[in-house]
Amino acid sequence: MIQDLVVHGVFIVYSVLVLMTCGLLLTWVERKQAAIMSDRIGANRAYLRLPFTQVKLVWWGLFHGLADGAKMLLKEDFRPDSHDRLAYALAPWVAFVPVLLVFAVVPFGGTLVPGELFGSAWFGDRSYQMQVARLDAGLLVVFAFGGLAVLGTLLAGWSSNNKFSLLGAVRAGSQLISYELVLALTVVGLLFIYGTVDLVDIVGQQSGILLGFLPAWGLFLQPLGALLFVVAAQAENQRIPFDLPEAESELVSGYFTEYSAMKMGLFMFAHFIEIAIVAAVFTTLFLGGYNLPYMGDDGFHFPGGFTVEMSHGLVVALQVLVFWLKVFIMCGFLILVRWSLPRFRYDQLLGFAWRFLLPLALANLVVTVVVVGLLDGVGA
Amino acid sequence: MSRPPEHDDLPNPVRPAFTPDEAGGMVVNIGPSHPATHGTLQIIAALDGERVTRADVHCGYLHRGFEKECEDHTWNNLIPYVDRLNYCSGLINDFAYCDAVETLMGVEITRRCRVLRTLLAEYSRIADHMTCIAASLMEIGAMTGFLYLMTIRDYIYEHLADLTGARVTYTYGRIGGLARDLPEGWLTRLDEILVQYEDFIGRVHALMDRNRIFIDRTRDVGVLTTDEALNWGFTGPMLRSTGAPRDLRRDTPYLAYGDLDFEVPVGIKGDNYDRYYVRMREMDESVYMIRQLVEMLEPGPISVDDKRCTLPEKHLVYSEIESLINHFKLIMEGPQVPAGEVYRAHEAANGELGFYLVSTGGGRPYRMHVRGPSFIHMGGLHRLLEGYQLADIVATFGSVNMIGGECDR
Repeated sequence: MIQDLVVHGVFIVYSVLVLMTCGLLLTWVERKQAAIMSDRIGANRAYLRLPFTQVKLVWWGLFHGLADGAKMLLKEDFRPDSHDRLAYALAPWVAFVPVLLVFAVVPFGGTLVPGELFGSAWFGDRSYQMQVARLDAGLLVVFAFGGLAVLGTLLAGWSSNNKFSLLGAVRAGSQLISYELVLALTVVGLLFIYGTVDLVDIVGQQSGILLGFLPAWGLFLQPLGALLFVVAAQAENQRIPFDLPEAESELVSGYFTEYSAMKMGLFMFAHFIEIAIVAAVFTTLFLGGYNLPYMGDDGFHFPGGFTVEMSHGLVVALQVLVFWLKVFIMCGFLILVRWSLPRFRYDQLLGFAWRFLLPLALANLVVTVVVVGLLDGVGA
Repeated sequence: MSRPPEHDDLPNPVRPAFTPDEAGGMVVNIGPSHPATHGTLQIIAALDGERVTRADVHCGYLHRGFEKECEDHTWNNLIPYVDRLNYCSGLINDFAYCDAVETLMGVEITRRCRVLRTLLAEYSRIADHMTCIAASLMEIGAMTGFLYLMTIRDYIYEHLADLTGARVTYTYGRIGGLARDLPEGWLTRLDEILVQYEDFIGRVHALMDRNRIFIDRTRDVGVLTTDEALNWGFTGPMLRSTGAPRDLRRDTPYLAYGDLDFEVPVGIKGDNYDRYYVRMREMDESVYMIRQLVEMLEPGPISVDDKRCTLPEKHLVYSEIESLINHFKLIMEGPQVPAGEVYRAHEAANGELGFYLVSTGGGRPYRMHVRGPSFIHMGGLHRLLEGYQLADIVATFGSVNMIGGECDR
């Protein structure tokens, strides 16, 4: 019992820490990648100086995230005169916390056997799924919490008592409702194939090999679904080309126009963590989570009988690494899209969701259902 | 002193043309301090949902009494001032102003000066169009395209700084000539920049031209017909985008434009996409013109040998009394411009930039008026905004390229 608490406590601390680091890191990745894309140098000024020396650790500007955080914490927390106190104070947290909660059901590694890993008898032979909360409802929890974040946006827009904020909030509301629907529909096809909403099961089923050469990732089972998911996820994320709620050239900063200092920082931070979360969910559903082709719980088993034995610790480390690697590659892709495209207009955005993405998602679903039904018929 | 309340119903130019009650929906105030109004401009828009039902455009926030101020300075003192009209292409202002004064004085500039002025005017036009396109791309969220264009614009600014000593406000034109000749190696660098220009512009074309989102955002948005554009007095790329091939460089050739081979690109619909594309094409034409002009450039004096306007050489000022007096008179009293009036218009980056000068003889203008294209465009801007979406305000406004310095003066 205590062992369970300890292990899950470690998982929770680990998840929160890694997500925060991810958010911080992504602010830097975004700048640096944008700079590379537009032939610039990018963030390279912030540094840590070793005390009592002239040694400056620049590290390609990695410390810019820290500098930003310190700046936001130290800035004046300016509030408009006519704001709604409670909602105004609550909004950044309502936007921020659900984003973290989504990660609770995402498995970030395979099975962990602490007894084997540390060689201590205290843990016995208990094994744990590397995930904060093993909930049967897995994917549904993702959507439930993902949908909550919009409340923070609406609260912020309404409580600021500013027309631009209100317009931003209204945009955010209608945009998120539309794209949440698309997002959910794209995944339903996948659910038919896997027959479960439990993310651990879903990842487990992606460890195999398709047709003898392809990894059995969702990406190859549902290519169109994966594409639609990325598009809808970028919209959920409110990033260009879907960044209308905060379209800075039209609405100043949209729903967080009236926010400053760390309250604004929380909104920004939530956005960056959301990129990582979206990438993590995509990795889980479509990129096989922590799986590498031919990798099992005890090492690699290549076709032809060639195997590489690995200790439990190595496998766990490799799985965690593979998971974050995939997440970061996905983040890089999302940032690439963000810096390549211009922004939709409000009516075009909704039209795109309802007239283009939704029918495609439905078609994808119908085809999947028919194929799955036929295959099941053959199997039976 | 406050106005008595019974006069509230009279039209007042500093208030919106409609009240929130009349407008019926939400009224938002965009500018003069808003990230989208990169000139200082105020747009009061009545919204129905996100659709703009009425728009009221207020300019004048950058008014600094330029025209009145000019009456109190000598003719050559005004050159730094005209730089600050359209500060994205200061050289064109310089040359248009100098041309007007020279016409009044009957001065014929040297051939090298004429070619150089044409070359620099076209070079400035590229920088100006780049600023405009970059800004309007940024307005619709395409940051990378913006940064590509800004890169080249900065090369151009640095390059012009090599020649003139300043990045934006050059003060390079002189009545009867130019401040100084080209430094060594300037033309080599020019060639390099033009090659890089082609590379970067190619990238922007690739990112934007066939981009579905970009086309949706710009096609059929802010549409203007030729009739309407002529009615409002629009000129430059704004007018050409509607399909009217009106270009002062072609219609009333000045400087060396008569000797050049170039096309006048026109649009088909007069919408944001056409304005974007006409500017892109014009930049290409400018590059072509610059290459012709480099070929035409021959050694020779850059300023006319005319004591009425050209300063004597410095060593002569220090060594002979005639030059010292000439210098003193030109600086203290200004070039003596005969009485008369003149209107000279150049095709600036935004359209017809005209200088109307009245002289009663002497070293200072009696009256000066500038026909700034931006100001006239602002008169019809609301026609481009009404009926479209809130988000189109910034996109359209970006494509109009309103420059506060030239509009408000």
